Amino acid sequence: MPAFVSDLGYLLPWQFSPTVFVTCAIVVALYVRGLRALRRGPDRVGFWRAFTFFLGVALNYAVLQTYVDFLAQHMFWIHRFQHLILHHIGPVLIVLTAPGPVLRAGIPAGLAGRRRIAAWIRRPLQLLFRVIQHPLIAPTLFVGLIFFWLTPSIHFNAMLDARRYLLMNWSMLADGLLFWWLMLAPRQAQGSAALGYGARILILTIVAVPQILLGAYIALHATPLYDIYAVCGRAWDISPIEDQQIGGLLTWIPAAMMSLVGVLVVLHHILHDSEATARRMHAHVAADGSGAPA
Amino acid sequence: MTRLPPRLVAVALAAALVVGLAACAGGGPPYALRNIAGLVAPLRFHLTNQDNQAVTAEDYRHELVLLYFGYTECTDECPTTLAMLANALHTLGPEASKVRVLFVSVDPQRDTTAVLRRYVDNFGPDFVGLRGGPAELTTLSKRYRIAYHYEKPDRYGNYAVDHSNAVFIFDGDGRARLLAQSDNTARQVASDLSRLLASS
Repeated sequence: MPAFVSDLGYLLPWQFSPTVFVTCAIVVALYVRGLRALRRGPDRVGFWRAFTFFLGVALNYAVLQTYVDFLAQHMFWIHRFQHLILHHIGPVLIVLTAPGPVLRAGIPAGLAGRRRIAAWIRRPLQLLFRVIQHPLIAPTLFVGLIFFWLTPSIHFNAMLDARRYLLMNWSMLADGLLFWWLMLAPRQAQGSAALGYGARILILTIVAVPQILLGAYIALHATPLYDIYAVCGRAWDISPIEDQQIGGLLTWIPAAMMSLVGVLVVLHHILHDSEATARRMHAHVAADGSGAPA
Repeated sequence: MTRLPPRLVAVALAAALVVGLAACAGGGPPYALRNIAGLVAPLRFHLTNQDNQAVTAEDYRHELVLLYFGYTECTDECPTTLAMLANALHTLGPEASKVRVLFVSVDPQRDTTAVLRRYVDNFGPDFVGLRGGPAELTTLSKRYRIAYHYEKPDRYGNYAVDHSNAVFIFDGDGRARLLAQSDNTARQVASDLSRLLASS
């Protein structure tokens, strides 16, 4: 590490990415505006919900635009940690807070009026969205991206080429947001594209298996699989096998644990929905005048 | 949810499979060394050579450049790799005059120009020792995505530097072409360099 990097320097981007910076700035600005707009109404956002959203954005920003990014380029296990944030933990935190309505409320009035996008842009995007969010394609893509970027030859080039590296990280973040939104957003929030809760539990269970197998394969492999870290130099002194074992474990255990977290959230939705149905039935019965609860 | 036509789903999955397979196959590299064309930034630097002259990439245009990062007190990687490269240049014969090995020190504090000059002279006339300040080194490490770090000094003040083992090979136009690693042989390097020289 260069000696002149002072302690505060760790918070600065290793390689500044205008795309990451501008995207995060716009998202945070919209959310803050949304919070203020909804402050007085019935849709007021609680402290912990807002906190969780900002934490999700901050974690994604931190692994992309602080010294962590340098470490992730030069240490396999920190790269795996970076992707655990980008593909799992960051998106889950963001999606859990259902930020859609808040972000929409944050759009300046002048822009909100012109929100309709020309059909020739909107239609292909909608089609693409429906393809990506298809219950067979979404999990295939989710697991496929992990396997794709961890294929040793592809991994080598992604770490050597700045553009591929950016593409890799963006693809993980974008896919993480899409996948976890499909898995965790309440059915009512998903509109016409809503996916049943049973199907979600099935998908969450299935995607854990290849992640466990891949993580175990990497962690238990006796020789280094990813020589790019020796070629480009490691960030500090650690044996290549140790680096690989920690990286494999990070791909294996916390990543698969997120499926369990996902299932718990879906179960919560099911419980919430059945309580709401029961309440509606009570109300219905009461309106009928029979008086006695079912 | 609105249903997608099954045919569309099938086409999308098939397309993903084809792209995946194509990425895996990719065609075997025609060179013995790793092909890095289009992956690594073109040659660019502002450093000082062993004769204390300021040099830039422009000074090595029209020559094949082998860029390597190391330090003169290195006991294993650097001498082994540089000796292998010297061997490769020897195998090349007269063609070696169109090849330059640029040895960039990641330990400029100990590697003064005098130290660098003595060191590169061991390996031959085609070897150039380069050094720069911390800011220039950081720029280079970002540009070529390499890392190095200084280990704790012992009680005599000696310390080791862990660093990248890559040899980046650039053509006469400064474009990155091949990557040699410490486990490549002199023969492999020589034959690939000779092919690069023939094609340029």
